[in-house]
Amino acid sequence: MTDVLLELDDVRKWFPLASDRLFRREREHVKAVDGVSLRVRAGETLGLVGETGSGKSTLARCMTRLHDVTSGRVIFDGVDITQMSQRDLRPVRREIQMIFQDPYGSLNPRRRVGSIIGDPYAIHGVGEGTDRKRRVQELMELVGLNPEHYNRFPAEFSGGQRQRIGVARALALRPRLIVCDEPVSALDVSIQAQIINLLADLQAEFNLTYVFIAHDLSVVRHVSDRVAVMYLGKIAEVADVESLHATPRHPYTAALLSAIPIPDPELSDRRERIILRGEVPSPINPPAGCRFHPRCPKAQDRCAGEEPALVSRNGDEEDHRAACHFPVQPGERLSAANGERP
Amino acid sequence: MAVAAADSSPPLLAVEDLRVSFRTHDGVVRAVRGVSFDLAKGKTLAIVGESGSGKSVSTQAIVGLVRGAEVSGRATFAGKDLLTMNAEELRRIRGARIGMIFQDSLSSLHPYYRIGWQIVEMIRAHDGSVSRAEGRDRAVDLLRRVGIPHAERRVDDYPHQFSGGMRQRALIAMAMALGPELLIADEPTTALDVTVQAQVLQVMADLQREFGTAIILITHDLGVVAEVADEVVVMYAGTVMERSGRRELFYRFHHPYTEGLLGSLPSEQDVRRRLRPIPGSPPSLIRLPKGCPFHPRCPYAFERCRTDVPPLRPVYGDEAHLSACWLPTDPAGREGARADAGVTAEARGSR
Repeated sequence: MTDVLLELDDVRKWFPLASDRLFRREREHVKAVDGVSLRVRAGETLGLVGETGSGKSTLARCMTRLHDVTSGRVIFDGVDITQMSQRDLRPVRREIQMIFQDPYGSLNPRRRVGSIIGDPYAIHGVGEGTDRKRRVQELMELVGLNPEHYNRFPAEFSGGQRQRIGVARALALRPRLIVCDEPVSALDVSIQAQIINLLADLQAEFNLTYVFIAHDLSVVRHVSDRVAVMYLGKIAEVADVESLHATPRHPYTAALLSAIPIPDPELSDRRERIILRGEVPSPINPPAGCRFHPRCPKAQDRCAGEEPALVSRNGDEEDHRAACHFPVQPGERLSAANGERP
Repeated sequence: MAVAAADSSPPLLAVEDLRVSFRTHDGVVRAVRGVSFDLAKGKTLAIVGESGSGKSVSTQAIVGLVRGAEVSGRATFAGKDLLTMNAEELRRIRGARIGMIFQDSLSSLHPYYRIGWQIVEMIRAHDGSVSRAEGRDRAVDLLRRVGIPHAERRVDDYPHQFSGGMRQRALIAMAMALGPELLIADEPTTALDVTVQAQVLQVMADLQREFGTAIILITHDLGVVAEVADEVVVMYAGTVMERSGRRELFYRFHHPYTEGLLGSLPSEQDVRRRLRPIPGSPPSLIRLPKGCPFHPRCPYAFERCRTDVPPLRPVYGDEAHLSACWLPTDPAGREGARADAGVTAEARGSR
């Protein structure tokens, strides 16, 4: 299994809540990520989708070890990095980089762009003086920025250009894996497309592996080879992108896909929408059994008692796994079962 | 002015040559530069555009909610010009006959007062004959109708006790409380997750059917437009680039900016197709380019585009389909321009 670049094995990340009673025996936790196993293959783009509170951003930070995990293992390129010390981690950090959502909040406004992009070189002691400047200007050119703007401040750049700065910084050390956390959601559509194309070009040129986190499923579908759907800290379904869209097995995936607005009136009119009841429950006390069961149009008694495993269902390929006792059949109508609106 | 819908009754709202500008230290910001559209009773008009296109300012100006701006033009609502009304007249109309929902639901609700109390006060401000007890019953009923579970209990919650989706629904309840003829919804679902967005859009559609309310939906999401709009206005740099029915906009667009927006989205038919972004970024509203404001980014731009501002005129022989572009207005001429500019026909999708 040499082609697996990153492996997560039963990863949990719980955040303790401030306890309001001094002698309370059990401390409460936000179970942001609660038992996720996932493999990212070298050279692929794995899309990670889910709604607010699904734990996708926390999971991203576990992958890059910006968070220490509560339990489970994170294995990068065959090496267990879960407990690695910060010093041992340094060479690994060169290979795993991150791109963030907010092109305004993630760049220090008082520093010049050249020095922001050159940060990774400074931290890892790569090049010096004019050599470093040359490297930074090459990076700027690579991501479509004017190298002459080396001495400008972030405020002098538009949102799209700032995101290019973030991309350049992530590329500086020629990483193998880039975790992109909502990289285009703060941008206007015409600018989004520029950045998506840029990421695709860079992937081809440098043989990069991406984990692409987004709530916009049409963007995820466009960029991903495989997609993992998260719900309340767990993977609900993971599959090849086309197989996920063609035959979603988990009712949550089906509902999520049916809720994406399609910019095509005919397809939009023809489509059957599954409107879910209620909202995502609290990750402090997630529902027992299947976490989706209180909102699921197909839920039965078994779903409240027994947690479904993430396995291949209904003779699907080994790679298409869904955590559901009663997987959706192709052509099955889910909205009929869902009589009561939220 | 163009013909509105098929019927000949006067539109509920007719906006003509609306202009809004702000004086700033850097110069005059011309946020809206001559916007015209109209809206029939019970219909949904979507205004799409990117940041800074003037889509929000236009509608805020119509209901007198922009401060410190110079506003000119006409906005005739049910026979009267909103732009010449005094503050008191406008206040009577806002909330009662024109409901409003904004993107940021947390700042639209007062954090200090219970949700129900805020709805009751809104109703009583416009109709003093409603008692508090009656108002409360109506608030519970409204919250139930927008899908708030246990409405009779949640009516006494404070805004922070509601989730984002619930707050947005509470705002819809408030905006619809007096059965308005017009609802202005400015990015009402942008901050919400897709499954919650679907719930909220459904609630809006149900209420529209029930009250016959016309809706102006301001959005940047062409998917939402395809789902709910009857008519669409595409704005760029403070002006209308294209105006048409929903299907015409998606399948027979004329303006290169509309084409650019659609090309920027992943295609449904060919998901992996490379995106075609619009190069560059929108112009400064203080120093606008001469001629068509889109010409510096337009793949079709020719000499005239750099000097003369194109008027909004009918295209493809359809009086209800307007485009502000110098390209030929007949289908063959427009298609020819595409070929000349080296834009392939596949750009248009399979239809």
